[in-house]
Formats: sequence, structure tokens, C-alpha cells
Amino acid sequence: MEYVKGVPLLRPYIDYDNQEFWLAHREEKLVFQKCTYCGKIIHRPKPMCPACLSTDMEWIESTGLGTIYSWTTFVYDRAAYPGIRVPYIVVLVEMSEGVRLVSNIEDVTSEEMYIGMPVEVFFDKVSDDLTLPKFRKRKVKK
Amino acid sequence: MKSIKNKVAIVGIGLSGFSKDCKKTELRMACEAIKDALDDAGLTPRDIDGMIKQTDDSADEHAITSAMGMPNLTFYGETRWAGAPCGMVMQAATGVAAGACHTAVIYRAVNGGSGLRSTPSMRSSGQLSTADLLHWAFHSPFGLMTEQGAVAMLAERYMYEYDIKKDQFGPITVTCRQNGAKNPNSAYFKKPITMKDYKESKMVTDPLRALDCYEKFDAAAAFIVTTPERAKYLNHPPVMILGAAQGSVPETENMCGYYRDDVTGLPEMAVMGKRLFKMAGVKPKDIKFAQLDDAYTPLVPMQLEALGFCKKGKGVNFCGDGKKIKAGGRLPVNTAGGSLGEGHIHGMNHVIEAVHQIRGTATLQVKNAKIGLVATGAGGPAGGLILGR
Repeated sequence: MEYVKGVPLLRPYIDYDNQEFWLAHREEKLVFQKCTYCGKIIHRPKPMCPACLSTDMEWIESTGLGTIYSWTTFVYDRAAYPGIRVPYIVVLVEMSEGVRLVSNIEDVTSEEMYIGMPVEVFFDKVSDDLTLPKFRKRKVKK
Repeated sequence: MKSIKNKVAIVGIGLSGFSKDCKKTELRMACEAIKDALDDAGLTPRDIDGMIKQTDDSADEHAITSAMGMPNLTFYGETRWAGAPCGMVMQAATGVAAGACHTAVIYRAVNGGSGLRSTPSMRSSGQLSTADLLHWAFHSPFGLMTEQGAVAMLAERYMYEYDIKKDQFGPITVTCRQNGAKNPNSAYFKKPITMKDYKESKMVTDPLRALDCYEKFDAAAAFIVTTPERAKYLNHPPVMILGAAQGSVPETENMCGYYRDDVTGLPEMAVMGKRLFKMAGVKPKDIKFAQLDDAYTPLVPMQLEALGFCKKGKGVNFCGDGKKIKAGGRLPVNTAGGSLGEGHIHGMNHVIEAVHQIRGTATLQVKNAKIGLVATGAGGPAGGLILGR
């Protein structure tokens, strides 16, 4: 993905509910929220477990492994974020923990994309103060 | 359960044209649409004592009462997102049925063609709600920040799950444009399209083409609701509200819903529809026409499934080559053109066309159109109405 110089980067909005998720990226870790009471793994982070209403939460490190659940290629620049050169791919990844997250995939063309593609996380240091979890195609041993 | 069924009537409608640059403020657009609705009903600003606005609209209720000299407003409120047109009617109707007001106006005015664009949110970041923040925080850093992109990922998954082929959404936009081509108020009057045009239309966010997506316009619309007793003395036969509902479920957000078990099922539309049909006491087979949210073509078959017009995964088959959803088909859809074929004013024109159909004053009049459905807010917070005579 090619970022366009001069266009402000879009940064996540960090608050008390989600700060562990975003701050972990600086240490190149992907973490998800887990309800200490009922064990439900949650993404996006929430103030309370929607299954049991416990506010007792912990953060677990993800395996970083997932599969493509859906994807799109932004082709037309006026329907895209001007800070990234089109075409670029946005993916919805289903992680091995069972949660989904929106991200990007690198080193794969639109023609090569398919739902179910195995992927693994890597960390893209987009700027000095912004590191984002992104994905690459993963080889699976048969 | 007590309900508002048959307790409130829609008695006035107003709809502007669709312009790329109307050179009017949104306040003026709103006032003109409300004046048209008052004239249509045979009412004056003094008669209005209730008002429901869409949260994002810049022209607020206090500006309207000042601009139009409304001295009697005692009930007002707001709701948000694409489901708002039906939701606003429901809230106004709730006020009328409960006796909190007697005659209420609902309006939207959006300079989407010339002025502020509606995506991303028209509000400044300082005013973002928590739901907005969640939505943008987890998507925009990855360049996912338009509805076209958000819906494209729903569509891609939908095609995968139900073996839908490329171009199978085409007949939906072709049907809407054919309907709109016959509607003199449409931005696309006398401009029908064919499947060839659709297939040649540029790719925007794969798999969505330009002709799968609505265009932005400057436009405004208003409706007036009142009691059936008062409706007797007004200009038109009343259009009765038989059912009205909104819908929001876990992980509902504008045009997304990526984090739930069934991404393509529109569960908020399903929960809305369940309440709606129960309140009206009818079934999908009783509905003579439907005005559906067609902001993006894949949302139409998803709605047909969520509302029970067909089985899950069969929405695209239902739309087929357009035969069933055309005027004269089994379920005529978006008979004035909808967002894709008339113009986009966020679903408000869908309610107006439903009123025309029930009154018998539609351009493409459905025979025996005594009961019809409107759905707004597919792929996000939903709203619905069942209207009748």
C-alpha cells in the first residue's frame, strides 16, 4: 500500500475501553479482549461483556492467524480515502480466536484474492507514532 | 399489545426536485418542502404542534419554527441514520397517537450534491457519537471510510455465501432507472439504462459498480401526520399508518455489521420487520408494493430476505431479470425509481411514493395498491412502515 504524502493519516480514536488494543501494536502484538468471567473473546473492545455483562476483562495475545472473511478493492479514488493510492485492498479477517477485524493485505493482487485465504498478521509502522496490524498471505502445510 | 395501528394518518407530502447545485440553504430547502406538504394537506404553520427531524440535518426544529412562523410547537425530537425516514414517521405518529401533539411534520433537507457530503459524517469530529467513534476508529485507519467500500465487503460475502454471480445485481438498478425514467420529478426522467450500460459502468469498490450506488443530490422532503378525525377535513383521503417500527441489534452500525455471526442477514431489518408485520396484522403476501432502500443494489435482495418476501439467499433469484419487481410484477419495487432511479434524499422519497400509491396518484400506479411497505436503513439502523387506506 502506498500512502500519499501530505494527506493526514487517519488515526484510531483511543479511549479507556480500547486503549490496550491500540497500544499493543507499538510492541508488535495483536491483542483481543477476553471476559474473565465467561471467557468470551471480544472485538471490537467493549466496556462490558455483551454475553454476561461482566466488566472484568483481560487482554489475550492473538495467534495472529486468520482467514479472509470478505474483502474489497477500492478502485475509484473518489470513493476511497485520499491518503492511500488506489487501487488498495481492505479485508475483513476472521481470526482463529473467532473474532473479526478490518485491516489491509499486502503483497496480494485483487486477482489473487479469495474468501477463505489463510493470512497472518504483521505490523506496519506507518509513521513514528502509528503502527497498524496488517496481513499477508500465509502458507498452510498440507 | 396496544399499538398505533390505524390511529394516525399521513395527510400531506412535499418533495423538491433533485439538483446537483440548488443554490439554496438547507433551511430554505426544508421550509419549501414543509410548505409544499402543508399546502398538499390544506394546513397552515399554525396547525403544526409536533416536529421530528433527522439528527444530521443542519436545519433544526427551532430554525424551522422561526422561519415559518410556527407558534404552537410543543412536541419535537429526532432520530438518525438511513432508517430515519420511517423512524421519524413512527415517532411523530407516536406523539399524535399518545396525544402529545395533534399534527406533526417530518422533514429532511440535504445539500448532498453541492454542499456538505453526507459521508463521512457531516458532524465535526468533536460532535461524533460513541457509535460513530467505534465505527471510524476501527475502519478508517485502513482506508475503509466510504459507504461504497463498507457495502462492497457485505456484497462480496453475500455473493460467496449464496453463489451469486457477477452482474446479478444489475437488473435491480435497471428496474429502478426504468421506473424513474417515467417519473417527471426524477433526476433520471427519460434516462433509462440497460444491462449493457450496467456492465460498462466503472468499478468503484469491487464488486460495486458506479450504477450499483446512488448519486448525491441537493433535495428535500416533508410529510405531515395527524389524527384520522382531523384528516377527514383535509385535502386528500388519509393514508393510514398500519404498522411502524425501527430496528437496532448488537453490532448494528451504518452500512457495516461485520462483527456478527451473519454478516449478510440484516438482522436489524429482520427485527424491525417482525414487529412491523405483527403490528399491521398482515403478511408479506398481502403487500401490493414495496419501496425498499436501494442506496446500493445488493441491499435490495438482502431486504427481501430479511423482511420475509423470500427465503434466505433467494433475494437475487426473486429480483431475477426484474420481472417480479417491475410495475405489474408480483411485488413492484421502487415504483418512482427510489434512490437509484429517482434521486437520493435518504429514503424520504420512498415514503412519498408509498403515499402516492395508496392515494392512487402515482405515475406508475400499481393496481389495487391498498397496502404497501416502506423500508429504510438497509445495512444499518432500520425503519419501516406499512401504509394502507
